[in-house]
Amino acid sequence: MACRQPLTPVLRQLARTTSSELGRQSSRAQTFALARRATKASAASTSRRCFSTTRQRALKSTAPTCQAQSKDDFTSTKYPELKRDERFACLTPDHVAYFRGLLGESGSALIDGVTGEAAADLAPFNSDWMRKYRGHCQLVLKPSSTEEVSEILKYCNDNLLAVVPQGGNTGLVGGSVPVFDEIVLSLGRMNQILEFDEVSGTLVAEAGVILEVADQYLAERGYIFPLDLGAKGSCQLGGNLSTNAGGLRLLRYGSLHGTVLGVEAVLPDGTVVDDLSRLRKNNTGYDLKQLFIGAEGTIGVITKVSIQCPQRPAAQNVAFFGLESYEQCQRAFREAKGQLSEILSAFELMDEGSQALISQVTGTKRPLESTYPFYCLIETSGSNADHDSEKLQAFLESVMEEGVVADGTLAQDETQLRSLWTWREGITEALGHLGGVYKYDVSIPLAQMYQLVEDTRTRVAEAGLLGDTDEYPVRAVVGYGHMGDSNLHLNISTRRFDARVEEVLEPFVYEWIAERQGSISAEHGLGLAKKKYIGYSRNPTMVGLMKQIKGLYDPKGIMNPYKYI
Amino acid sequence: MSALRILVPVKRVIDYAVKPRVNKAQTGVETAGVKHSMNPFDELSVEESVRIREKKSAPGGVEDICVISAGPTKAQDVLRTAMAMGADRAIHVETKPDDDLEPLTVAKLLKAAAEQQKSNLVILGKQSIDDDANQTGQMLAGLLGWPQATQASKVEFGEGDVVSVTREVDGGVETVRAKLPMIITTDLRLNEPRYASLPNIMKAKKKPLEKKTLADFGITGEKRLKVLKVTEPPPRQGGGKVEDVDGLISKLKELGAI
Repeated sequence: MACRQPLTPVLRQLARTTSSELGRQSSRAQTFALARRATKASAASTSRRCFSTTRQRALKSTAPTCQAQSKDDFTSTKYPELKRDERFACLTPDHVAYFRGLLGESGSALIDGVTGEAAADLAPFNSDWMRKYRGHCQLVLKPSSTEEVSEILKYCNDNLLAVVPQGGNTGLVGGSVPVFDEIVLSLGRMNQILEFDEVSGTLVAEAGVILEVADQYLAERGYIFPLDLGAKGSCQLGGNLSTNAGGLRLLRYGSLHGTVLGVEAVLPDGTVVDDLSRLRKNNTGYDLKQLFIGAEGTIGVITKVSIQCPQRPAAQNVAFFGLESYEQCQRAFREAKGQLSEILSAFELMDEGSQALISQVTGTKRPLESTYPFYCLIETSGSNADHDSEKLQAFLESVMEEGVVADGTLAQDETQLRSLWTWREGITEALGHLGGVYKYDVSIPLAQMYQLVEDTRTRVAEAGLLGDTDEYPVRAVVGYGHMGDSNLHLNISTRRFDARVEEVLEPFVYEWIAERQGSISAEHGLGLAKKKYIGYSRNPTMVGLMKQIKGLYDPKGIMNPYKYI
Repeated sequence: MSALRILVPVKRVIDYAVKPRVNKAQTGVETAGVKHSMNPFDELSVEESVRIREKKSAPGGVEDICVISAGPTKAQDVLRTAMAMGADRAIHVETKPDDDLEPLTVAKLLKAAAEQQKSNLVILGKQSIDDDANQTGQMLAGLLGWPQATQASKVEFGEGDVVSVTREVDGGVETVRAKLPMIITTDLRLNEPRYASLPNIMKAKKKPLEKKTLADFGITGEKRLKVLKVTEPPPRQGGGKVEDVDGLISKLKELGAI
C-alpha cells in the first residue's frame, strides 16, 4: 500500500515493457518501483496530464543540442532583414565585471561567454525548445531578487545594453530568445512562493516559480492554479503572465487578465512598479498591471505575481468522443454547454490527423476502436462526484442517442482520465518528434474554425507539397485546439525545411484570418515569428498606441528588441 | 472441448493514482471521500476473458463471462465497468461498508460461486492493490482441488480442454499446462485493458446484476486475523540544493562523505 505513488506511471505502459526489464514481481513495491523505471526508459512517449514535470526537458535531451546546429541556424542568418541596432553597446569585460560585482562570483548567478568560453552553457538560453530561433547571446544573468533585477536594468539602460527577459523558455514564437547579442535575464532563481491566504485563495509568488510547482503547492491546500498548459513542468509564472498564456483551464477560470490581482515589475530605468495588490476589487485609476500581462517583456520585467486561485474541484470526469463532422462537434459543444453548464471545464477538439501522429510517435493504443474525422475531449469539474457523473451520463446518453457523437468512452478511473488527456496534450510533443512544425495559434469565429485547416490542406496539396512519401516536404496539415475558446491550433508538420512551404502558407493563413476578423495569435503571442503580421489583427492606430506606451516606459528601447514592437 | 464458463472476481479498491492516507486511529486507511476504481489486476482478468471470446481462442467457445464482487453497494460501479468492458452478467455480494473479508473467506465464497455458476475457468487478478495478499487464487485452487497457473502473461488453449499458461519467473518465462477446470491469476503484461465505449457503457446498465449476501453462499465472515496497527512508511528525508560545485564539495565534507 505504501508504495502507491500519485505520480507513478500506468500499468498499461508497463504491460508493454519486455520481460527482460523485469524480474519476478512478488510484491507490489517491487512491481511499481520497476514500473517507474520501465516507463522512464520509454521516456517522452508518455506525457500525461498531471505527470509532465520533465516533459519538455525530456524533449530537449532527445533533440540535437544547439552545438549540433549549423551556423545557418542563427536567427540573424535566417532573417537577413533583421539588423543589429547599432545604438546598442557591445558587451565588454568591464560590463561583465560590474555584473559579477552585483550578483557575486558564483557560477549559478551568471554565465559569462564574454571573458571566457561558455558556449555549451549558453546554448539553452540562446535557443527556443522548438530549435527555430537561435541568438548570439554571450551573457546570462540570473538575479535572485527584485533589487538585483532593478540594478541590472538600470545599468543596462544607462549603458545601452539590450536585454531579453526569459522564464522557462517554452514559448513558441521566439519571444524569449535573443536575436543578436542581447543579455538574457533569466528569472529562474526567483522561485519562491511568498505567501498564500487559505481563506481567500490569493497566492503571491516570484516570477521564476514553475507553474507545476505552484499548482502542486496549491493542490496540497485544496486550491488550483487558474492556468494549466502542456508545458507546465518547465514554464514559469512570470513568462505565463508576460505572454498572457491561455491554456486548458481558460474556459472555466477565465484569462490571466481577470485572475491576476497584482504584479510587481521593474522598468528599464530600474523603477520598481509595486502593484502587488491582493485585492479583488481596486478601482483606483488606471489598471497598469494589465500592460505587463501579454507585453512579452517589451516594457519591463515581471518579478512578482499575485493571483486569485479557485478551489480545487473534488470530482473530475473525462469523456472522449469520435465524431463524423465538424458540424457535429459544434452540436456536441452546444449540448455540452446546455446540459453540463456549470461543471463543464474543458472542451477540446482534435482531428484525426493529429491523433494518427500521436499514435505513430508513441505507439499507444488508441481510446476508440474505429477512427473518426474528429474527436472531442470533455472534462467536467465539480464538488460532488455522484452529481457530476449523473449529469454526464445523461449528457452522454443524449448525444449518443441523437447521433451527435459516433462513439466515445468515459474514463473509468484516474489512470484512464490521465491517459485520455495525453491524446490532447501530447500533440505538440508528438509533432515535435517528427520534425519541423509550422504552428499557427489562431482565434476564429467558431462556425468557420476548422475551415482554415481544410483550406490550408487543399492549398498545400495543390502546390504538390503534401504527401505520404519522403519526396514531399509536408507530412500532414492538422488542426486541434480549445473549441470552448474558439481557439484553433493549425499545425503543418514537415519532413525538412523547404522555402516553398512557407511561401504557400504565408501570408495566406493570415489573410484568411483577417478576412474573418480573427486573431493571428490567440494565446501564443507575437514574439519574432509574427512580428510582421500584427497588422492583420490590429489596425495602425492600435499599433501606434502600443508604440507610444513602449516609448513611454522604455524610451531607449532596450527591452526585448527586434520583436513585435 | 467444453464451452468456457468464466468466473471473474473483481474488487473495488482505492484508485491506483490516489495516494492513500492512514486514518487517525491507525486501524486502516481513509476510504471516505476517496476515489475508488477496479483493482488493476482484475481489469486484466476481465480484458483477458473478453479477448478469449472475441478472438475465439478457445476451441469450445465462451458460453458465459460472469463477474462477481463482494463489497459495499458502491462495488456495483466496478461490476458495471466490467460489464461495459464485455462481461455478460454480474453478481454482487453485499457486505457491510467496513467489513473487510480475509482472503480465505473470499476463496470460500468464490468456491461456492464457481460451483453454483458451473464455472470451469476462474480468472483472478494475482492480488489486489490494497491488501497485497496474493493468496485468494491459490486458496481457491486448493479448496476446489483444481490446477492453478499463477501470474499469467499469456494464455493459450489447445485441444481436449488443455490450457497453456506462460508465466514470468526470474530470468525468463515458464510455460505450464493443465486441463480445465482450472484457476488462472493475471500479471501485468498479460494484456492492455480497453477503454469501455459509450455504447457498451449504456448496454452494461441493462445487463443482469444479481444481488446476494454471504449467507446465500453459506459463508460467515469470521476473522482469523486482527489488524493491530497500520502506519505510514517513514517520510523521505528531503534533499537539499546546492548552488554550485564548491557548495556540493563543502556539503559533502560537512556530511563526512569525503
